[in-house]
Amino acid sequence: MRVKKLSRFGIAVALFTTFSSMAHAAENKLVLTGSSTVAPLAAEIGKRFEERNPGVRVDVQSGGSSRGITDARSGLADIGMVSRSLKDEENDLKGFTIARDGVGIILNSANSVSALTDQQITGIYTGKITDWSAVGRKAGPITVVNKAEGRSTLELFLHHFKLKASDIKAQVVIGDNQQGIKTVAGNAGAIGYVSVGTAEFEAGQGTPVKLLGMTGIAASVENVRNGSFPLARPLNLVTRDEPSGLVKSFIDFAQSADVHDLIKEQFFVPLGP
Amino acid sequence: MSPSARDARLIWLLSASAVIASGLLLLILLFLAKEAWPVLSHIGAAKFLLDDGWHPTEGTFGLVPMLAASLAMSALAIVLAAPLGVASALFCRFYAPPLIGRIYRWAIILLAGIPSVVLGLWGLTVIVPLIIWLSPPGTSLLAGSLILTLMMVPTVALTTEAALAAVPQSYWSGAAALGLSREGTILGIALPATRASIFAGILLATARALGETMAVLMVSGNVVQVPKSLFDPVRTLTANIALEMAYATGDHRASLFVSGLVLTLLVLALAAAARHTGGQVVHA
Repeated sequence: MRVKKLSRFGIAVALFTTFSSMAHAAENKLVLTGSSTVAPLAAEIGKRFEERNPGVRVDVQSGGSSRGITDARSGLADIGMVSRSLKDEENDLKGFTIARDGVGIILNSANSVSALTDQQITGIYTGKITDWSAVGRKAGPITVVNKAEGRSTLELFLHHFKLKASDIKAQVVIGDNQQGIKTVAGNAGAIGYVSVGTAEFEAGQGTPVKLLGMTGIAASVENVRNGSFPLARPLNLVTRDEPSGLVKSFIDFAQSADVHDLIKEQFFVPLGP
Repeated sequence: MSPSARDARLIWLLSASAVIASGLLLLILLFLAKEAWPVLSHIGAAKFLLDDGWHPTEGTFGLVPMLAASLAMSALAIVLAAPLGVASALFCRFYAPPLIGRIYRWAIILLAGIPSVVLGLWGLTVIVPLIIWLSPPGTSLLAGSLILTLMMVPTVALTTEAALAAVPQSYWSGAAALGLSREGTILGIALPATRASIFAGILLATARALGETMAVLMVSGNVVQVPKSLFDPVRTLTANIALEMAYATGDHRASLFVSGLVLTLLVLALAAAARHTGGQVVHA
């Protein structure tokens, strides 16, 4: 008898908690979809947001910037993630920049080249220029370091130089930024590209790599932040309607100084000081 | 408990372990096939064999260069590691003074325990710059093979040594009675008697070499091409998965599971072939 009563009580408690958590989920859940570049950052911001707002759940799914646009428009996601500037036909959406992403060309410190034009970089990466003597420096074979397919740095690089992934003739293909820096640091004839934040940090630590400026603008975190560095892009959150309630507080949080450390951890550049 | 009941319980326990082990393998294969299926069914297996390049985001999926790279890198590593491993086991067992032999054995065991990512880091900062000096870009088939060799030598050496230790005492006594030299005993008796075990050790090491990912990814350059020289950068099937999985979606992701499926089938085929020829060696 007692057992029965207890179990009945247990079921009631279980049902109650289930219902109440479902109700919670419905009103306190944020869904973000889109760019795989923004997704890891959004997931980290989401985690901290959940900590500060008990009961809230932030669900982040990647699938490309175009999915972010589509899902935000259709309402499938509360917030879309887009790792580029919004196009003219997308101005029905509200965009909020949370950080900027910059990619810098790196060379070994022993390399005497101090600047390359866009044409020279394109020539090197498409295999038309294979020796440093062709850009007026001490002769020696060029080792082209490229990123693996699917990486956001590759995407930004290709987009800027108007290339296709299959146009590039590389000698080394790497995964993450660290591997790129190690490869260039160990090869005097190498050229590579990595996130500006990582490269600036490593060069400051004494790693033998140097960042090349582009069209006369130095590759620095500062120039990525103020938008003057050309090989850079904004990381945006987009919504269909003027944000309100939970969506608004999440976007405000993502733009606040409270998440600058998370942005830097992902090698992006926060907008504020 | 009666002996027969104990026996029955043991049988039950052993069969359960066997079923779990083989069941897991089957589940992994099924999982790989399921994840690879979307791209195999609507793009077709032929594209993976016939396509010219590997640019999944542009719709070309040629796996053959990576298959060739995996095989070439492992083959070269076996050629280097098998004689080295067997030789170091023979040295340890028959020629080294006891103290040096003991130290050497410890060194081999230590080498077996070094994590592959550490070997990779060492390769990238020491081996690769040495190869750059010979012929840039340094990250190459050769660098990958050398690192794999380092990983394979301890496996081959330790299995060979264990096999040599298990040669029955009567063989040594027989050899001594026949008045065979030390060299004659090794070549004529010890090695033939342990051939099957040495072969099994090499096979084990090869399977590890084919499956090695991190170290190979760091030192071999990862350019998708059929290697034409030792100094060409190459991408193995495993490195392909590790490099691209983190950011792959849709067909791209599924095509990486095809990489995995091909690699698994390759290792299974190798094991089957080795079992076949290995059996013959034992009875030769």
